[in-house]
Amino acid sequence: MKLLSLIVVCLTGGLLLYGTADLPDWGDPNAPASLHLSNYYIENAIRDTEVPNLVTAVLADYRSIDTMLETAVVFCAGLACFLLLRDFTPKKDHHYRHVPTGVILHVKNPDRQVIVGNEFEDMDKEWLPPDTIIKTVCRMLIPFIQIYALYVVAHGDFSPGGGFQGGVILGSSFILLAISYNLKYLLKRVSEKFLGILSAAGVLVYMGIGLAAMVLGGNFLDYEKYAPIFGEHHIRALGMLGVEIGVGMSVTAVMVIIYINIVSEGKHDEGL
Amino acid sequence: MIHYPAIVVIAPLVGALIAGILSFVEERYAYPAALIATGISCAAAVRDLIYVAGHGPIAYHMGGWAPPMGIEYRIDTLNAMVLVLITAIAFLNLAASWPNIKQEMPDRSPSFYAMYLLFVVGLTGVASTGDLFNLYVLIEITSLSSYTMIALGDRDRGPISALNYVFVGVIGASFYLLGVGYIYIKTGTLNMAEFATMIPTLQDSTTILTAFILCIVGVFIKMALFPLHVWLPNAYSYAPVGFARIVAPLMTKVMVYVMVRLMITVFGLDYIFIKLHIADTLVWLGTIAILAGGVMALAQTNLKKMLAYIIVCEIGYMVGGAWLGNDLGLTGAVLHILNDGLMTFALFLAVGNMVYKLDRVQIKDLKGLFAKMPWTMTGFVLAAFSIVGVPPTCGFFSKWYLILGAFKAGAWHFAAALIISSLICAVLFFKVFEVCFFESPDTHDGHGSDTHGRHTTVAIQEAPAISLAVLGIAGISLIVVGMYSKTIVVRLIWPLLSS
Amino acid sequence: MTELFMLIAAKYNYCLYVILMMIGLYAMIAKNNLMKKLVGMNIFQTAIILFYVSIGFKHNATIPIIMGDHGHGGHGAAINAADYMNPLPHVLMLTAIVVSVATLGVAMALCVKVYQRYQTLEEDELRMRLSEKIKL
Repeated sequence: MKLLSLIVVCLTGGLLLYGTADLPDWGDPNAPASLHLSNYYIENAIRDTEVPNLVTAVLADYRSIDTMLETAVVFCAGLACFLLLRDFTPKKDHHYRHVPTGVILHVKNPDRQVIVGNEFEDMDKEWLPPDTIIKTVCRMLIPFIQIYALYVVAHGDFSPGGGFQGGVILGSSFILLAISYNLKYLLKRVSEKFLGILSAAGVLVYMGIGLAAMVLGGNFLDYEKYAPIFGEHHIRALGMLGVEIGVGMSVTAVMVIIYINIVSEGKHDEGL
Repeated sequence: MIHYPAIVVIAPLVGALIAGILSFVEERYAYPAALIATGISCAAAVRDLIYVAGHGPIAYHMGGWAPPMGIEYRIDTLNAMVLVLITAIAFLNLAASWPNIKQEMPDRSPSFYAMYLLFVVGLTGVASTGDLFNLYVLIEITSLSSYTMIALGDRDRGPISALNYVFVGVIGASFYLLGVGYIYIKTGTLNMAEFATMIPTLQDSTTILTAFILCIVGVFIKMALFPLHVWLPNAYSYAPVGFARIVAPLMTKVMVYVMVRLMITVFGLDYIFIKLHIADTLVWLGTIAILAGGVMALAQTNLKKMLAYIIVCEIGYMVGGAWLGNDLGLTGAVLHILNDGLMTFALFLAVGNMVYKLDRVQIKDLKGLFAKMPWTMTGFVLAAFSIVGVPPTCGFFSKWYLILGAFKAGAWHFAAALIISSLICAVLFFKVFEVCFFESPDTHDGHGSDTHGRHTTVAIQEAPAISLAVLGIAGISLIVVGMYSKTIVVRLIWPLLSS
Repeated sequence: MTELFMLIAAKYNYCLYVILMMIGLYAMIAKNNLMKKLVGMNIFQTAIILFYVSIGFKHNATIPIIMGDHGHGGHGAAINAADYMNPLPHVLMLTAIVVSVATLGVAMALCVKVYQRYQTLEEDELRMRLSEKIKL
């Protein structure tokens, strides 16, 4: 089996290498790929859209439906992890920790419902107190990471950045909270319902901008039609910013959803 | 300004998002929202078909940018037909599968409807788009949602079948992406129509040849052409019924549409048939696919797996027919996209009803079904006749065009394979009918009733009424589409080929 | 022979991407462990991303962000297209990276499900366990 795969792989590789003889040289400015469409984008993007970052201009304006469908792919991945792994069966064994004193209660297979007061915290058998150094450092770093993420989203028009990049950074700040403390600590602050609605709401923001453009008389996602409301100047840049915010919301939520579901195998009790 | 081309793709996406939100907030409204979304999409697709049949192709510029700067969605008669097929089957299936979904996954059905609508978005987008890279993104949406939904089926084998499908599907989609990369590096454009104007000057280029081979091999992997079909039988047999009923008729046929689109619009019939000399090889490949699918179907004891191998056989018809090189063959292949979608939908509707009542569909478990489930079996018989090719069902007419095309092109092997496969399908279905009709159903003590003299009345235990109603609609449409075949060919397919 | 070397030196990015892609393809087909197949899938998709990004490179060109006079409101000197890299492959590959991450996420969720059911991720063991069950 391995020998057969090696032969197939070498044959395919050889054929592809043979086919590279006809391709343009590395870095050639006169290659067909660098002439026709991309010259139009480089020379005219500022005049059309007032956005210096050409990649964002092409991504969020010229080829905006591609980006919308890509955000739908991200939403689909989050929904898939939820749909496949989420396990709603309730736990049989409960451990409760009294926060002021540190006493632990273990309730095995209760036949009646257990109600605990506010001073008790639901925990797992393998609970360890989070390490002080890690706890403190992460607690100080997380707000800065989040501000940086919002900066990346908002400055996608002027510097490298945009909705996807900023969304991933924001999502990773939440995952840092889950790793440094406890998965339950994250879920108390950012509930699963909030994440699910946020991921769908992000794509709905994108679609809403597109549909409103349709209602105002243009084609789908034609930002030009917002000019009567928001002013002629910078209208395309504003449309792009709105769209990037939607993308950022969706990507943040999906990153956290994928992490929570895979790490706890759907039970949302304890992760890494 | 007509916005219907955009509405066909956007309505299911909005429905998916709303169903996703409703699954956390108010679960009961997810199903009506899904139905309304697919209904709107279907109405928009029908209106598009009527417009395009009368006035010619529609070009919809997304974002207001003219191609090639922006992305355009281009609807002509081929597209419009496939879009009506997709949205109609999506809508009818949602109505018919509600009992099955409630039976198989009661706690997560709102999220299932959201994923289902995302699958419909992917399919309708693949059928509408006029941009090569956008096609890749839409193929990936379709694939991701189908990987997930297949894994929700059989508890033992669902996830493994889905994982095997993931690996093969990623190879296929990545080959297509690589082909698009080669096209871009040589021409600098991603728009299908613009590339078609550039190809006459590039006919000698190795890069374009490599691009063509990569794109076509990627599409072949996704449409399960023999020998790249290994993912299909397991994936479709172990999927949940509500999903198997939409993926089996549509996924592979939409990939056949992509192949026809690449042949007619992107690379052009001149380049393919005059410059490249692979048409003969591909007709042989189609022949082998037909025979291999038929023979493997004969060996199966599970009804769902048998139908999956029949799908492999039907793909052979379409690929061989399209590569015959004449108008009749291409007409037959395109007509068969429509007909095979309907026939497979009717078959899987019937099988889903059986699964709802019996839970296992080994052929030996189907004893006496004619008595227990008469309406389901009537639909099954109609669909079986259509696959074998009995007039006036639609299956006969597409086979007729394919055989005529094979005779005209001198491809006797292909014509022989078509006739042999009709016989094989007849044998397969009569094997099932024999068990269903002539053997008496098992009574509760497990011995089965003996001899012919005794006449036991068996209680009718049919599937829910809504599934039967949709099966009735599907069955009648097989005959109606068959009778209107000439109209469809003249008004929809021939204008496409002459342009 | 020198001609061959000249050819490879001028187009070495394509050779690199083909080698990387074949490593990924080999891992996907030949390895036994499901996690290794997943990693191979990721390498395969990354090689294609590398190919596309290398299409957009131009010698002596800078990143595709227009700074200085030309930027944002000022219409200063004319923009010379040869000074900036091609933005289109970057855009396409943003999409492709996101799609590959999404596929990896879904495939990993599927692996978790398989592990929950069978307690193993080796393909030959899985095949053995499946063939022991009643054939459906």
